[in-house]
Amino acid sequence: MGLSLSRIYSSLSSLAFWGKDKEVRILMVGLDSAGKTTILYRLQIGEVVSTIPTIGFNVETVSYKNINFQVWDLGGQSSIRPYWRCYYANTQAIIYVIDSSDVSRLPTSRSELLTMLAEDELKSVPVLVFANKQDVEGALSPGEISDKLGLAGQEKGREWSVRGSCAIKGDGLEEGLDW
Amino acid sequence: MSFKKDEESGGMSFYHDKSTVIQEARVFNESPISPRRCRALLTRIVYLLYVGETFSTQEATTLFFGVTKLFQHKDSALRQMVYLVIKELSKIADDVIMVTSSIMKDMQPNLEVVYRPNAIRALARIIDAQSVQSVERFFKSALVDRSPSISSASLVSSYHLFPLSPSIIKRWSNEAQEAVNAKAVSSYSGGASAYLSGGGQGGYQAAASSSYIMQYHALGLLYLIREKDRMAITKMVQQLGSGGKGSSIIRNPMAMCMLIRFARKVMDEDPNVRKQMHEYLEALLRHKSEMVNIEAARAICEMRDVQPADLFRTIAVLQLFLNSPKTVIKFAAVKTLNKLAMTLPQSVATVNVEMENLITDSNRSIATYAITTLLKTGNEASVDRLMKQISSFMADITDEFKIIVVDAIRSLCLKFPAKQAVMLSFLSGVLRDEGGYDFKHAVVEAIFDMIKFIKDCKETALAHLCEFIEDCEFTKLSVRILHLLGIEGPKTRNPTKFIRYIYNRVVLENAVVRAAAVSSLAKFGVCVEDSAVMKSVNVLLRRCLDDVDDEVRDRAAMYIKVLEEKSLADIFVRDEAQFSLATLENELVSYVKDESKHSSAFDVSSIPKVSREQAQAEVAQSRPSALDIAGPSNHAAAEPSPLPSTSAEGSSYAAQLAGVPELESYGPVLKSSTKPVELTESETEYVVSAVKHIFKDHIVFQFNVSNTIPDTVLEQVAVVMQPSPDSGLTEDFIVPIESLSPANGSGVVYVSFTRDDPASYAAGTFACTLKFVSKEVDPTSGEPEEEGYDDEYQVEELDLGAGDYITPTYVTFASEWDKLADAASLTETFALSSSESLKDACKSLIEVLNMLPLGGTETPTSNSVHTLNLSGLVISAGGDKASKILARCRMTYSPGAGVTLELGVRAEKDEAARLVMAAI
Repeated sequence: MGLSLSRIYSSLSSLAFWGKDKEVRILMVGLDSAGKTTILYRLQIGEVVSTIPTIGFNVETVSYKNINFQVWDLGGQSSIRPYWRCYYANTQAIIYVIDSSDVSRLPTSRSELLTMLAEDELKSVPVLVFANKQDVEGALSPGEISDKLGLAGQEKGREWSVRGSCAIKGDGLEEGLDW
Repeated sequence: MSFKKDEESGGMSFYHDKSTVIQEARVFNESPISPRRCRALLTRIVYLLYVGETFSTQEATTLFFGVTKLFQHKDSALRQMVYLVIKELSKIADDVIMVTSSIMKDMQPNLEVVYRPNAIRALARIIDAQSVQSVERFFKSALVDRSPSISSASLVSSYHLFPLSPSIIKRWSNEAQEAVNAKAVSSYSGGASAYLSGGGQGGYQAAASSSYIMQYHALGLLYLIREKDRMAITKMVQQLGSGGKGSSIIRNPMAMCMLIRFARKVMDEDPNVRKQMHEYLEALLRHKSEMVNIEAARAICEMRDVQPADLFRTIAVLQLFLNSPKTVIKFAAVKTLNKLAMTLPQSVATVNVEMENLITDSNRSIATYAITTLLKTGNEASVDRLMKQISSFMADITDEFKIIVVDAIRSLCLKFPAKQAVMLSFLSGVLRDEGGYDFKHAVVEAIFDMIKFIKDCKETALAHLCEFIEDCEFTKLSVRILHLLGIEGPKTRNPTKFIRYIYNRVVLENAVVRAAAVSSLAKFGVCVEDSAVMKSVNVLLRRCLDDVDDEVRDRAAMYIKVLEEKSLADIFVRDEAQFSLATLENELVSYVKDESKHSSAFDVSSIPKVSREQAQAEVAQSRPSALDIAGPSNHAAAEPSPLPSTSAEGSSYAAQLAGVPELESYGPVLKSSTKPVELTESETEYVVSAVKHIFKDHIVFQFNVSNTIPDTVLEQVAVVMQPSPDSGLTEDFIVPIESLSPANGSGVVYVSFTRDDPASYAAGTFACTLKFVSKEVDPTSGEPEEEGYDDEYQVEELDLGAGDYITPTYVTFASEWDKLADAASLTETFALSSSESLKDACKSLIEVLNMLPLGGTETPTSNSVHTLNLSGLVISAGGDKASKILARCRMTYSPGAGVTLELGVRAEKDEAARLVMAAI
């Protein structure tokens, strides 16, 4: 992960600076059944809620370390993906959620991510990738996911990070936001 | 600052056009959101939508996605507005499915938010058929929610969702039922026990605060769910209606009105409950809501064949309303009475005094109705005064009311022929006024009727019509008037004066009118007994040969030929017979569709003919109001023979049969019986009626079976037919109904027989039994149970006889009878002991032979001697052209011996004559 700690820190502090007068708008996307909605409610109310596939989106405000994150959780089904773009404007960060145990669809996930990052509106918006479902047996580690995505080397002028997480247990989520 | 600006521009901002609004929609993307500005903008969007501004799909979609961003804000007023906009935009925007999740979150039952009903209503608009299932749980709980706004929102939404996925919504009927009842129970503070003990007064205060609107909505939904199930509806009306005096379950007046409408429907369909329903309606005349009173009064007035005796109380109530200070009430009452006056003027006459007062009412609509009602109920003396009154404000009222006035006048002049001059001048006066097609059409129809029934006014009326077509913008009316002129004109004293008007049309009008004018002219040439007229018509027609339009030239050429040859004129211009149009249309359609028939010319002789009189009767049937009045002056129109009305029905069978693959090889249907034969009483559990179809080598029986038992499904429904031994028919196969439930109405079983000898006419009696597997339906899931049991149901016997091979048709009896003198002819004498009078005998002969009585011979004029002339077309045994058959039935009657019949039959074919003979 070729980023220096100091740069990560500066990005967080800059987010924190905005947080004082207005909310930070975060887009959370990913393929279907990656666990976005679960992450959202885990962050917001600290509980695991049973979810149904999101048709459309959920929007919630999450307070974390005095920063108000307004998280837009967009549905991941292929029929809804085309509408992601409608919500790109004014986004300050992207959380991209990947189902680490679903190796077969990783290439699809990668291409969706790259298509999204290529959008003008999302230029130089920091990306946090959650390699979710780390608790499932046979899940790839964050390092492997990172390699497969091949972000390194391609993305210049953008801050990014890949973190492991498990929405059901809550592991790694806060660390991710800390970043 | 921005708020201030908004306030300054105030109401004006609502008049912003669409593009400004779309521009400003960027405000939705801002962060943080300003709820106030967004709300103002949303209001403008809704306003634009309501005033009829159209948004393109693209614009609407962009707006829609903008609006969805507002979900991030928690402001409840904003959220309500958002839902409103989504609801409106959902009809035009794409991809509205995007907000499903957000809405579902707001619909959570445990959430006590003000916008939950709005969310429910919006959801119903955006959801598609597949997703209905996933929200079922939410809806079910919302339907029985304690809050009226939520429950009525979900009821209305279910109502709208019903067309989308009826099967799912049907499962909600228990909840809907509960919504009707639950509110009533909870409104009594004492709860269920107080309700059961009949102590209604306790909860009245609580009840007053609620409008019970959800009862109305729930009732609507329940009806929609059960619409196809007659028994269930009847039960519902009885259950809800019989709550006893004053403590009926239904408290909402609108729901009450709805219930009244259902009751009326039930009454119309099922005569058994009529008395009970009638009593119920009468009781409602004393209900405390005026709306309910009016509705009940209307229902009683519109009951089928209502008797004056049933109406006393109703009319008394309406009479009271006529003096009401409220315009709406007055209007409703006067309208109901007006309608009633068409059928029972003498009953309405009791309120004439009140009606007189209303003539001068400041509301034109009320005044119009009052006058027209008086015209119907009033006597001859008051007519002049009323006519004057109408003329004074004819210009102020809309076309619709003008039509009502014209209709009233039409019936009036048929009632009081002596007043025709006043009426006619009034009608021709309004004909000159401005008005739309419907209005002019009504006036022209009225004048037509006058011409037909009132001999004195013919000449003047025709003159008025001539004047009208001089300046008529409606082609259809011009054509009709020209046709009438062609028929009536030659019979007048001075026919030549019409010719000028008609020829003017040839010079000035469009092709359609010109063609009609040519035909009309030719009729003058043929029918007027004056060689000078004929010559001049000939000259005029020759001029038409240069017309630019094909049709006009063709007609002119044909009629010139007709004028020159007298014999042709009889066939083409004076012929009284015409084809039965429904049958002709049907035959032509099948001819055009079937490639194999194209090699031979269309066989027109197989189409039954009907007389002009019958065709008119058929038209008159579709205009019952005119018929009632025309009745006394024209018997032919008042007693239409049953044939024409059913011929259209017979034609529709052919289309049905074409859809059965097993019958494809049978070739065309030679004959279908016109009326289904009822094999059961109409109130039994299973209703069966039969139609017989004759093919070249086969006979197919069509059984229409309907199942009226709720909660059962009949599977593998078949009809087993046991022919009498010497019928000459062999059974081929049965086409059963797979599954029949009360909800899907009725199904059709086909039973096919082969005619052993196609050359003979098979006849016989069939014992019929309905066989099926009966399965109960689980009321909760709506699915039939696995296990069923075999069952049988005996229905009445079915006869196949001579009448099934014969189609009634119109001919001129005397000439045809002579023509067939040397063809097959049989004469025999019978004693008809079962007939008690000549009239009886005529009726049964017509029924058995299924032939057309000619020249009014179906009604005997003498008690002792009568001759009945019948004609028909027999399907030929070999399958080729149908042959003509005539029968002369000479009958004598004496009280001791009954009716003696001498039946003479003449037919083109020998076996046809024998068939008829054998039928008696």
